[in-house]
Amino acid sequence: MISVTGRELTPSQWILRSLRLDGTLLVLIGILLAIGLVVLFSATGESIEAMQRQLGRIGVGLVALLLVARVPVSTLRAWAPWLFLLALGMLVAVMQAGDIGKGARRWLDLGVIRFQPSEIMKLAMPLMVAWYLSLRNAPPRLLDLLVVSVLIVVPVLLVMRQPDLGTALLIGAAGLLVIFLAGLSWRWFLSLGLAIAAAVPLLWSQMHDYQRQRVLTLFNPESDPLGAGYHIIQSKIAIGSGGLYGKGWLNGTQSQLQFLPERSTDFVFAVYAEEFGFVGIAVLLVLYFLTVARGLWIAALAQDRFSRLVAGSISLTFAVYMVVNIGMVSGMLPVVGVPLPLVSYGGTSLVTLMVGFGILMAVHSQQRLVNR
Amino acid sequence: MLIERQDSYNEEGRDQSRFSIRVLVSILVLLLLVLLLVGRMFTLQVGAHAHFTTLSENNRLRIEPIPPTRGLIYDRNGILLAENRPAYQLEVTVEQAGDLELLLERLSGLVDLSPAEIDRFRASVRQRRPFQPVLLKSGLDDETVARIAVARHELPGVEIEARPVRHYPHGADFAHVVGYVGRINEQDLRRLDTRNYAGTSHTGKTGVERHYEDVLHGTTGHKQVEVNAQGRVIRELSVVPPVPGQDLFLSIDAGLQRAARDALAPHDGAVVAIDPATGEVLALVSKPGFDPNPFVHGISHRDFSALQSDPHKPLFNRALSGQYPPGSTLKPIVALAGLEENVTTAERRMFATGYYQLPGYERRYRDWRRGGHGWVDMNRAIAVSSDVYFYDLGHKLGIDRMAPMLGAFGIGSRVGIDATGERPGILPSREWKRSVQNLQWFPGETLITAIGQGYMLTTPLQLADVTSTLANRGQRVQTRLVRAIRDGADGEPLAKPLRYPDPVIASDAHWDVIHQALIDAVHARHGTAWGSIGSTAPAYRIAGKTGTAQVFSLAPDQEYDESELDRRLWDHALFIGYAPADAPEIAVAVLAEHGGSGGRVAAPIARRVMDAYLTSLGLLAETEEQP
Repeated sequence: MISVTGRELTPSQWILRSLRLDGTLLVLIGILLAIGLVVLFSATGESIEAMQRQLGRIGVGLVALLLVARVPVSTLRAWAPWLFLLALGMLVAVMQAGDIGKGARRWLDLGVIRFQPSEIMKLAMPLMVAWYLSLRNAPPRLLDLLVVSVLIVVPVLLVMRQPDLGTALLIGAAGLLVIFLAGLSWRWFLSLGLAIAAAVPLLWSQMHDYQRQRVLTLFNPESDPLGAGYHIIQSKIAIGSGGLYGKGWLNGTQSQLQFLPERSTDFVFAVYAEEFGFVGIAVLLVLYFLTVARGLWIAALAQDRFSRLVAGSISLTFAVYMVVNIGMVSGMLPVVGVPLPLVSYGGTSLVTLMVGFGILMAVHSQQRLVNR
Repeated sequence: MLIERQDSYNEEGRDQSRFSIRVLVSILVLLLLVLLLVGRMFTLQVGAHAHFTTLSENNRLRIEPIPPTRGLIYDRNGILLAENRPAYQLEVTVEQAGDLELLLERLSGLVDLSPAEIDRFRASVRQRRPFQPVLLKSGLDDETVARIAVARHELPGVEIEARPVRHYPHGADFAHVVGYVGRINEQDLRRLDTRNYAGTSHTGKTGVERHYEDVLHGTTGHKQVEVNAQGRVIRELSVVPPVPGQDLFLSIDAGLQRAARDALAPHDGAVVAIDPATGEVLALVSKPGFDPNPFVHGISHRDFSALQSDPHKPLFNRALSGQYPPGSTLKPIVALAGLEENVTTAERRMFATGYYQLPGYERRYRDWRRGGHGWVDMNRAIAVSSDVYFYDLGHKLGIDRMAPMLGAFGIGSRVGIDATGERPGILPSREWKRSVQNLQWFPGETLITAIGQGYMLTTPLQLADVTSTLANRGQRVQTRLVRAIRDGADGEPLAKPLRYPDPVIASDAHWDVIHQALIDAVHARHGTAWGSIGSTAPAYRIAGKTGTAQVFSLAPDQEYDESELDRRLWDHALFIGYAPADAPEIAVAVLAEHGGSGGRVAAPIARRVMDAYLTSLGLLAETEEQP
């Protein structure tokens, strides 16, 4: 046995420690990714090619996680404002000269790589707000609140204009969650809630027709069975017909007969629900809950305010991902285009999530180093 | 120091405990949300399981779009210009086809499939909804239909559907007005509302068909059907019927359109006739035309390149997109500018020789008539079309006072007609030249602008609009092709309201001068159109102006001589005019490409169009019509 601090370590503990990883979180992420691969195999019509691509992305994501985990939190903190400015600049650039895909302007082409700056903003936002609020060692006051509101609102509006409602929602949530965790007085939170409620009409006027249609269709999917309602009708049939134990892997008729659109991306949950049933869903929800709880545990043990806020916000944003996706697939929320975290097919959001977990790992190892 | 650290330590501790409370609250909220989701899943998967199982097992409800029938297009007298005829088309439901490549290979043994058709098919396959049949080929003949029917057992997913398809019964005559529909392509999809076009295969590509796409298309309906495990329809459950598109009534008079086409023969060119009171386009001819019907089914590559390489350019819409120098036809506008700006009077006379020189310049600006026209006042200068008089007037006016009047008549901006492809022409001015060529304006350019040459370009449609404004003594009316829209086959056609752009303001006395000069150009013995119209003693009076548009620039000392030039370098012949002169019913602009003289060639064409229209109104006895 190898002794580092006088305590005996098993080899696996030693490996995790030298890689600065939290074993529990890593195992949870691994299980979720594995479930994702299993469902995707079915949802993509048993496509080996899709499997290989997704495995490639997971590989990239893992490397990113390992690299970020090694970055000291103090460095992350020093980078936070610059990263935020960079992401903001790129969002503006996208408005000016971005590539258009599916009628939305989201992509920035830098010659070598093509990516969505909004994905960077998903992480830059909690880092920035946490950086700002950690300058003050007290609950945020009115002035702080105003500054932070601007920090949140500007990128959110830029992303909404692209238009990408789902990502705008996640970026906004990441920022708001930091304020919440920083201990903003409940009174302010209540007023903020009211302000948001008042902003809804403004938001409505900013929305594109297809986004409004999605919201309207939510309340009455049958009104538009050819368009937006088709998704919800078909995914409800898929979920409902799954029953208690599901139809079994590769046996989901809704998905296998291709009634279900976007079955490997945003609507992958419906495929899972059809094939693995209520029991499968219960297991998945427990896994998600444990992942978030572990993240919050790491946050609660963190040694400084910045680490706490960042780790807490990333964990809770992950929860928002999950709740919004499942809510929309089951017809409780409008279809805003948020993937099921770690399960949906697709590269950009997966890598961002893994980098986020990398930050959690970094916070975790810092806490342990301090303890030692 | 110690106290300070103590404080910050305390603050850190307070912060940590505050944070822990917030985390606890979040965990509770999350737990609540997860329970809510579990509850929702329980409702769907356990509570409503039987319901959804039925939906899922009855294999399964499918929503099929029902495309609306496209609105029809009539002329002003109710003659059908665009109709829908049933045609057989070959469709493939990809989900049932199995190996698509094998199927296409088999089909190409039975049907003549071009690479373009297969490419289009593949593009639509990528964009389809599940189980939506995709169009492979339309316009099948009976024999092909029979061949496919026989081989049907080895062609899974293949259907022959009889669907209404656009047909243009008059072929080439209205192609440049009505336009045509064609297969929806990826470019169209970016523009169209894909939900409303779920079952539609064609959309308007040019002309009125494109401009009124929203009106003509209608609203797609849908039916909920039950299908078996192979995806075949077992029965219909519910239907929301489509709302058919609305019918259009054009202002075009089909008879006049043909008369104009015949009058223009043998020349290529354009004729546009407008009712000056309403702005309604009565005839809009661009010759040669082309048969739009092959475009509906997807024209073959060979036929299309034949049309494109035809030296007569049949696909080119000369009336809307053709930009030509207006030549002498706009001298009346320059004259009006001279009067309104008090640069000259109608009575001022000058001796017009065979050329004009700017003071201090060598260059001679030649008159079209060698030796000139002698003593001319404004009336005579317009009637004989003296270039030298207008060089002089143009020089006195200057481009800065000439351009606004030309602009007020609409030169340099689109008329805004309700069809596609209209071009704005060019209104030259100091600013224009600076912004386009980054060069300063030269005085000589003012001179040639005053006789409608140089940079200035107009479309035949614009010239007709200008003529209509002259006939209305400055009142402008929005030119349009559609006069009424009918909602449903049994509804009443609803007239489109008139729109009036800004009028051209000039005094009555000045309008009288111009009006009389235009009459004299046709009916006075010295008028440029005397030989072809005035001398034949027509039963009504025409106010008009001839023009010639240079195709080929001559050196200053060269003389234009038709007999020495290749026909393709001949000048374009132009005529604008309205009739009857004192109560105008019709304003006409004629452009005969390479026709040569405006008086000899273009004026008689306009005359025949006017004859035909006034006869149809009953203002002229049938026998008056000239052969």
